[in-house]
Order: sequence, then C-alpha cells, then structure tokens
Amino acid sequence: MTSSAREPLGQRPELLRMSRIGKTFGGQVVALNDLSLSVQQGDFISLLGPSGCGKSTALRLIANLIQPTAGSIEWQGGQGEGDLGVVFQEPTLMPWARVKDNVWLPFRLRGQSYSSVADKIERALSLVGLQDFKDAFPRELSGGMKMRVSIARALVTRPRLILMDEPFAALDEITRHKLNNDLLSLRESIGCTVIFVTHSVFESVFLSDRIVVMAASPGRVVGELTVDAPYPRSDAFRTSAEYAASASEASAMLVRAMEHAA
Amino acid sequence: MSSPITPEQGSGQLTQSRIDQPVDPLADPVPGHIGGQMYDQISSQDAEKTNGLDVEEERRARQARIVSIARWALPSLLLVILVGSWQAYVTLAEVPHYILPSPVRIAQTLVQDWGILWPALLATARLTFLALLFAIIGGLLLAVAFTQSKWAELAMFPYAVILQVTPVVAIAPLLQIYVDSAFVAALLCAWLVAFFPILANTTIGLKSADHNLRDLFRIYGASRWQTLRLLTGPSALPFFLGGLKIAGGLALIGAVVAEFVIGRAGTGLGLASTLLEASYRFNFGRLYAALILISLMGVAIFGLMSLISYLLLFRWHESALKRES
Ligand SMILES: Nc1ncnc2c1ncn2[C@@H]1O[C@H](COP(=O)(O)OP(=O)(O)OP(=O)(O)O)[C@@H](O)[C@H]1O
Ligand SMILES: [Mg+2]
Repeated sequence: MTSSAREPLGQRPELLRMSRIGKTFGGQVVALNDLSLSVQQGDFISLLGPSGCGKSTALRLIANLIQPTAGSIEWQGGQGEGDLGVVFQEPTLMPWARVKDNVWLPFRLRGQSYSSVADKIERALSLVGLQDFKDAFPRELSGGMKMRVSIARALVTRPRLILMDEPFAALDEITRHKLNNDLLSLRESIGCTVIFVTHSVFESVFLSDRIVVMAASPGRVVGELTVDAPYPRSDAFRTSAEYAASASEASAMLVRAMEHAA
Repeated sequence: MSSPITPEQGSGQLTQSRIDQPVDPLADPVPGHIGGQMYDQISSQDAEKTNGLDVEEERRARQARIVSIARWALPSLLLVILVGSWQAYVTLAEVPHYILPSPVRIAQTLVQDWGILWPALLATARLTFLALLFAIIGGLLLAVAFTQSKWAELAMFPYAVILQVTPVVAIAPLLQIYVDSAFVAALLCAWLVAFFPILANTTIGLKSADHNLRDLFRIYGASRWQTLRLLTGPSALPFFLGGLKIAGGLALIGAVVAEFVIGRAGTGLGLASTLLEASYRFNFGRLYAALILISLMGVAIFGLMSLISYLLLFRWHESALKRES
C-alpha cells in the first residue's frame, strides 16, 4: 500500500475501536478515564501528552497486557496471530541472541522454524538497513541500530497494527531524525497502521496524520489534531510553514492539556 | 509513490550514523560507553598534536603489558621468597621435621607418598564433583519450581534457608548415624553446603528477565516452557554461573568437612582424612602435602568454573566483556 492508495483521513475502514475505556490501578489510581478512539487502517496516530497521562497504559490495553476497568476494545474482524507488533522505549532485545534470532522470535514462538521464515527475516532486516548485521550480537550495535532491530522484529510478521512507546526518546537528535525518516519510508512500503507515543511535539507532527493530545489525572483525551501534509514526507517538510503551524497548534493544545491537569 | 529503503541506501545510512555518533558531543552516549568514548576522543586529539604519534596510546599499551607480566611475576617472586626463607629458617635453626618440615621435605613426601596421596585426591575429587553435580540438579530444579509456583516457594523456601544456615559440621554426625553408607552420608553433607548458592542465585536470575521482554513474550502468546527456555533461562544463566563458582568452592569445603567427621569411621580415603591421620601420627610432611593438594584442587575447581562461565557468556554478557581503556 502506498500513500496515494490510502483513503482520506476519517474515511478509512476501521481497524480498532476503543470505547469509553477506563483503567484504574489498585482501586485508586485512575490512569485512564472515558477514553474513546477509533483507529483506522493506515492511520499514523501519535499519542501526545505529559508524563503520567496514561499513554503507555493505553498501549498496554490495546496489546491485551492489562484489562480495562470499564469500556471495551474491539478489533474489526477479530485480532489474528501476528496482527500486532510492539516497539518499546528500550530496544528490548535478547542480548544472548544474534540479531537474526531476535527478529525470528515472533515466528519462533508460534513454532515456525528459522528456515521456513528466513526470507521474511532477511527482508525485514534489509528494510531497516541491517542485512549485513544479522549475525551480530546486540552489544555490537549502536543504540540506533538496536532500535532498528527492534523495529524489524515488530514488522517481520507484517502486523496490521504497530504500537510504539517512545521508541526514539533515548536517542540523540540526529539519530532520531534519521530514524523518523526511515520509519516513514518503511511504513510507505509495508502500509501498516501505527500508534506512536511521544513527548515531542515535533516528532508527532513530522510523523503522524492524527495527533491525539492527552491530559493527566485522570488520563483522558483532550483534543485531536490532523496533519494534512501528504506522505511521503521528507526533510523539506520539517522547514515548511505547514509544519510550523501544526507544531504551534499542537504545542498550544499541550499547554492547555497541562493547565487542565493543574 | 515512494520506494522502500534499498539495501545500499540502508547500509549507507548506517555507516554514516556510526561515524557521526562519537563526533557529536551533544549526542546521548550509549550507557556504559561514556568513559571509553570520551577518553578515546581526547587521546586521539592529543595524538594529532604530537606529529601523529599516539603517545598516550603507547603509554597505555606499555602499562597494560607491565600489568599482565606483574600478574604472574609478583606472586611467583613472593612465593620464591617465602619458600626460600622457610627453607633457610628450618635449615639454619635446625627445626625438627615433626614440628615444621622444610619445603624440600614436603616435596619429597609428595613424591614418595604419591601412591597414597593420588588415590586420596581422586576420592575427594569424586566426592566433590558428585556433590556439585547433585547441587546443580537440585538447585536448578528447585529454582524452577519456585519461580513456576508461588506456593512451592512459599512452602519450601524457609527450609532451604534453615538447611543452609545450620552449620554442616553439626549435621554431619547425624547423617553418619542415620545413613548407612558413609559415602552417601558424606555426599549428602557436601551437597547440603553446595546447593544453596545455586538455588538462591538461579531463583533471582529467573526473576530478573527484562519486563518488556516478558510483555513481548506474552503478546506473542509464548507458552510457559517457551518463556523458560528462551527468556527466563538465558536471563538466569549469568546468575547461575555466579552461584556455580561459589558452589564449586563450597562443595570442596563440604567434602573436607564430611571426611573429617564421617571419613574417620573406617572408610576414610580422601585427602582430608589422610591429612587428619597424618596429624595424629605427627607425619607433618604428609600433612602439608595433603594440604597443598587440597588447596590446588580448590584453585583448579575455581579455574574450571571460571572457564565454563567465560565460555558460556563471552559472546554477549557484560561481565565477560573486554573493553579497551
Ligand atoms: N501497574 C501499575 N500500577 C499502578 N499504577 C500504575 C501502573 N501503571 C501505570 N500506573 C499509573 O497510571 C498512570 C499512567 O501511567 P502511564 O505509564 O500510562 O503514563 P505515561 O503517559 O505513559 O507516562 P510517561 O510519559 O511518563 O511514560 C500513572 O499515574 C502511573 O503511576
Ligand atoms: Mg509511558
């Protein structure tokens, strides 16, 4: 799927619907309150909000790692095996396994032998530019390269949805820009839906077509912003007026979100 | 329309990012690399100032070479001095050998009594390694049981601790009474001492797997067995090997204690009972010879465990990593 094949925002077939989700931890900490979100196929959604507003909690709910206290999450057509890929803030690789074995993991846990999926692993690694490092151990790679391996592992099963929780937050600015660009090209070539958690207004504007702004205590959605600039986006987009306008709009929403909480 | 990243582009970017990173002073350093990287940078700048001759680097290399020689040379020198003065003292002061045998006499005993010492060494080694083997099996099984079932841990952990803190010297006589075979009693004794570090370390290791990786395994629907084999097991390996190093030494101590307490009852064949017997007979040459062999065995066990640990970890674990600096 490419950008031109994608329907306009809001007219895409629905992939996942979160309806009136509430999540309370230990009976007291209200991490999320009345959160509703319709995720549509091909969306690149950024969840933007202050620390503690429940962004990670929302992703963990979608990944079915925790259960909502209220509300429901429904996948259109049900959730199949390998429909979900996840990238965490840390690369989260198994240090004892070679790069290729780390990428093999999602298949391996389904009982698929390496040889039966070797071509998919090779392809995922070359998509992130690491085909020459498949026999390396994680410790031999730089922080950015480890993150690429993590991304390759998330997309190797061709999931319908990829969840990313501040994946580039620990990287330096230059590496982060590079990975942002590469992430967009990647998505153009495999056409998956992404929910991306970030603290950075600029990152969210550059990457996403929908920015969902959240506020804390209790965690909730306070607004949504669309970025209409067409994909593929290049470095030129970073210096465009449209980018600046969206960034200031998102910043303003974020400031309001912080005031709400205070 | 856009195209996916081609392999050439991909690797080009990578090479660049690898070159870029260390040069950017603002870049977040990779944890653990900070010292090394900054030091390298400074030293390479210095090098350029001194006509491309890397003085700093050369100084460091020389330093490293000296240290690696000293590591062997200094202890050897100390040994020669100590043994030399021992010999001199015994010879000059004419100390009788049944009070303090000279090093030469001990060496002679080692050779002359080899027929007694060698079987004793084998017996002690057999006891030690069997105890260690059972400690590994028992420690691992119990650790896995503890981490698979909260109830098992709640029920049994206190007893594991009690077994560990009760001095083995105090248990040994009981074992001798209730267990018919002296060998089995001795084995139990050594096992008791050796198994706890393996149990405790492996239990912590199995619990220490990265929680994000655990989540990932859950997301991909991993079974318990898959999680144990592919995630918690490998995470526990460095901890287990740490426990193994301790347990190896303790197994020998347990074996020696067992021979002291139990071995006396007629089946005494090992080094420790040989040592004890020699002391009753004022055969101090043989006593020292047996003592030296026990020490050497301890060193050999430690070396072996360290080697095993290195071979299993050197590819990936920080503890086995050699960093330049
Ligand atoms: N397992 C848990 N038990 C108790 N409270 C929790 C748990 N997980 C999250 N919380 C609480 O829920 C709230 C939201 O946490 P969450 O991690 O989702 O925030 P976040 O938006 O991801 O923050 P950050 O940007 O700092 O990562 C916080 O107040 C946190 O303390
Ligand atoms: Mg978070």
